Amino acid sequence: MSFWRLPLDSEEHSIPHGKINIIKSRCKGCGFCIEFCPNGCLRESKAFNEKGYHPPEVIDDTGCVDCGLCTLICPEFAIFTELQEAKKITEEDIQKVTTRFSRKDTRYRKP
Amino acid sequence: MKRHFRDIVPFDQDSADRAIEEGHGLHPLDEYLKPGRIPHIWCPGCGLGVVLTTYIEAIRRKGIPVDKCVVVSGIGCTGRVAGYLDMDTYHTTHGRAIPFATGLALVRPDLHVTVFSGDGDLFAIGGNHLIHGARRNINLNVICVNNFNYGMTGGQAGPTTPVDARTSTTPMGNAEPGFNLPHLAHASGAVYVARWTTFHPRQLVHSITETFDKKGFTFIEVIAPCPTGYGRPNKLGSGLEEMRYYKEMSEVRNGADPSKAEIRLKGKILCGTFINVERPDFLETYNNLVIAKAQGRDKGKAA
Ligand code: SF4
Repeated sequence: MSFWRLPLDSEEHSIPHGKINIIKSRCKGCGFCIEFCPNGCLRESKAFNEKGYHPPEVIDDTGCVDCGLCTLICPEFAIFTELQEAKKITEEDIQKVTTRFSRKDTRYRKP
Repeated sequence: MKRHFRDIVPFDQDSADRAIEEGHGLHPLDEYLKPGRIPHIWCPGCGLGVVLTTYIEAIRRKGIPVDKCVVVSGIGCTGRVAGYLDMDTYHTTHGRAIPFATGLALVRPDLHVTVFSGDGDLFAIGGNHLIHGARRNINLNVICVNNFNYGMTGGQAGPTTPVDARTSTTPMGNAEPGFNLPHLAHASGAVYVARWTTFHPRQLVHSITETFDKKGFTFIEVIAPCPTGYGRPNKLGSGLEEMRYYKEMSEVRNGADPSKAEIRLKGKILCGTFINVERPDFLETYNNLVIAKAQGRDKGKAA
């Protein structure tokens, strides 16, 4: 599917891009951030930390939109995001968002 | 027979201090925490850390200086919050968080006094204080973290344990129905009653920021997973699985009737801001009624 134009107000909006910082030694491996990241940016790493848990690792650094949910939901003060830049909206982004929430994408569907 | 013991290494204060220095300040919210207290004592998967983070985030978002915030907590896993926050906090005896906070709120009406405690501390041991605090409408913000059992002492049944739930003291299932906390708070006279789970951190931050502006007794119940004390005997799984359960079974309905907000084992959880009304708080009524009358009488005598 392609669009014949960008939304009219796309100039006024931007897509924030965040950097995910993980303090690995504090993690107790509860998995809240991995499960509830709305963009699915995190996964459990294979490595152990000092406490013997598997801290999360970043799958795709471009996916983070600095929503800050992981900062809020982490019980251990072990993860936070920082705003890197605010990107202009391009056609590609809109394509990505529409396919993400379309029926074709099975990632966000309930089993 | 001669026994050999390990050599005692003297405690190295300098390196301990250095370790605290290095570890503190890695996270932006660390400025609200006492140095060297993280990692906290709560179990992996416990929801208490989430509630602490949301409280800090609410202060930060509201821009309230730390010397205007006071946290009073009772005993229990939740009571540890007072030890972690780097502000004026007080860790009271069991159940007596509200009496202490009442005194504080009356003497220093300029402070935002928050009572941070668990369901056992606020509703079993300190149950009377809570209902009378709400009746008098003292200017307090109460955040009650409900994990349905006494987690710190080994998972005993408490006043909020639902019927049929298994705990270490009710291995065959609990025969007593649990309290419906929002209903109780509302009936006692709280001006703001809300319930959220740890799966709703954003809504929780919003609710806490709202209570800072509110005069009078506000009550927020936060349902938190306790995988150690409550999750394991009831086969709810890890903290993450309990969070998934909240995600599926919680229903946000703002303005709902709190009498319908009862919680059953593995049942639906009604969330939202149930009550948000205005009522003159204790200090206002006292000043307008008693102090004004007393001053009037003094004046009459002098004349
Ligand atoms: S016992 Fe329960 S409430 Fe206490 S720290 Fe562990 S999980 Fe949290």
